[in-house]
Amino acid sequence: MRVSLKRLFRKIEEINRRYRTPRIALSRGGRAALEFLRLYLLFLVCLMVYKFILLVN
Amino acid sequence: MNVFSKLYYKLRKMWKAIQLYLVIAGPGIVVMVADNDAGGITTYAATGAKYGYHLIWFLLLLIPVAYYVQEMTVRLGAVTKRGLAEAIFDGFGATWGWFALVDLMLVNWLTLVTEFIGMTAALHIFGVPPWLTVTAVVLLMAIIVLNGRYWTWEKIALLFCALNLIYIPAAFMIHPSVSDIVKHGLIPNFPGGFNGQLFFFLMANIGTTIAPWMLFFQQSAVVDKGMQEKDIPWGKFDTLLGSALTVGVAIFIVIVTGTTLNGTDIASAGQAAEHLMQTDRYVGAFMAIGLFDAGLLGAICISLASSWAFGEIFGWAHSLNQNIKQAPWFYASYFFALITSGLVVLIPGAPLVLITLFVQVIAVTLLPAALVFLILLLNDPRTMGDYRNSGWQNLIGGFIVAAIVALSSLYGISIMFPNLFQ
Repeated sequence: MRVSLKRLFRKIEEINRRYRTPRIALSRGGRAALEFLRLYLLFLVCLMVYKFILLVN
Repeated sequence: MNVFSKLYYKLRKMWKAIQLYLVIAGPGIVVMVADNDAGGITTYAATGAKYGYHLIWFLLLLIPVAYYVQEMTVRLGAVTKRGLAEAIFDGFGATWGWFALVDLMLVNWLTLVTEFIGMTAALHIFGVPPWLTVTAVVLLMAIIVLNGRYWTWEKIALLFCALNLIYIPAAFMIHPSVSDIVKHGLIPNFPGGFNGQLFFFLMANIGTTIAPWMLFFQQSAVVDKGMQEKDIPWGKFDTLLGSALTVGVAIFIVIVTGTTLNGTDIASAGQAAEHLMQTDRYVGAFMAIGLFDAGLLGAICISLASSWAFGEIFGWAHSLNQNIKQAPWFYASYFFALITSGLVVLIPGAPLVLITLFVQVIAVTLLPAALVFLILLLNDPRTMGDYRNSGWQNLIGGFIVAAIVALSSLYGISIMFPNLFQ
């Protein structure tokens, strides 16, 4: 189990290294817009999960 | 004689074109029809029962929406020969890549749960216990994917797609009023005015017509099938045909429940089938069979979308053309997703119907994230060359993203301020 987990983490590190430099260059504004969109969508999902819990209870 | 030879030449040319299409056909039709999965059938059945024919016009609008979104994956897959997950990692780096992958895994797993909910509900009508349905489905899907050939898998999937058309005869059997359908369904209107419930239904309908897994699935299928740049026009036609087919089937489901159960609050397609059994045994049975087929088709495709994406990123062998020894992790992740999601359905007292509807809504809320990456990738001139997005395609793509974000926001606002839209 420990060996498998180690191998998995090593693989993830390798993936992170391989894709460290994005091929498509985004402007600072573009990156900020994407970041904002990501956080906003996650916020909306949290709201929906809240509504789901309300309905279940 | 000249006329006959010309006619013969034209017919031969047409037949060759059909033959060529039949070779290329598959990813577009399979992904679109599989999109009418168990959650989709439940959403359409509930929409018809709740609003009658009033939202048919909205479903029609989803044909171009689904087409424009999905045809981008055909171009990207045929040109880059890589799946969307790998393309996002490569184009935007590991941070965004992991976000997209985790997002996909989560939504796919939740959607798989809804497929099992649909399948167990459908067979429960015929007296089959849920544990037996889950076991039989896992075994059946093992037989299908362990065939070891993409083509065989695709042909079996196409057979299930054909069964999805069962709702068309069901709609004719209940003799709906065509004039009512035209009068109420084809003129844009918002039944009951703007309120949280309407936003929820509109979002659930979008969420079931275009979903994140579809983007990843179709692109990977295009790559696994080995489609080339020259095949793109046929791939687009395949996608267009699939879009029309999926919305067509959705409309027939709305007609079935809109005619027979209008004004009833239907919680699930299984419940709709049970109600329909009391009015017309055959229509009810068709509804249940269609629901099971939809769940099975959805499960086959969604679990593959996850395994393909994982394989691309982790560098595992990830093709249906490889057997279990050659691609052990590909099949292991496939069965892991399948079995764990099947087990959720067996939890006593789980709110299965609510889960089904909410998964559609969460899927559509997260869709813009994947969609923005897709549009940005399609605008990379170095990779896409002549196949990059035109100004119009960007405008349409941008509009779709904006519309989905706006609708999700409205629903979010209706959750925070429930009295605002009453």
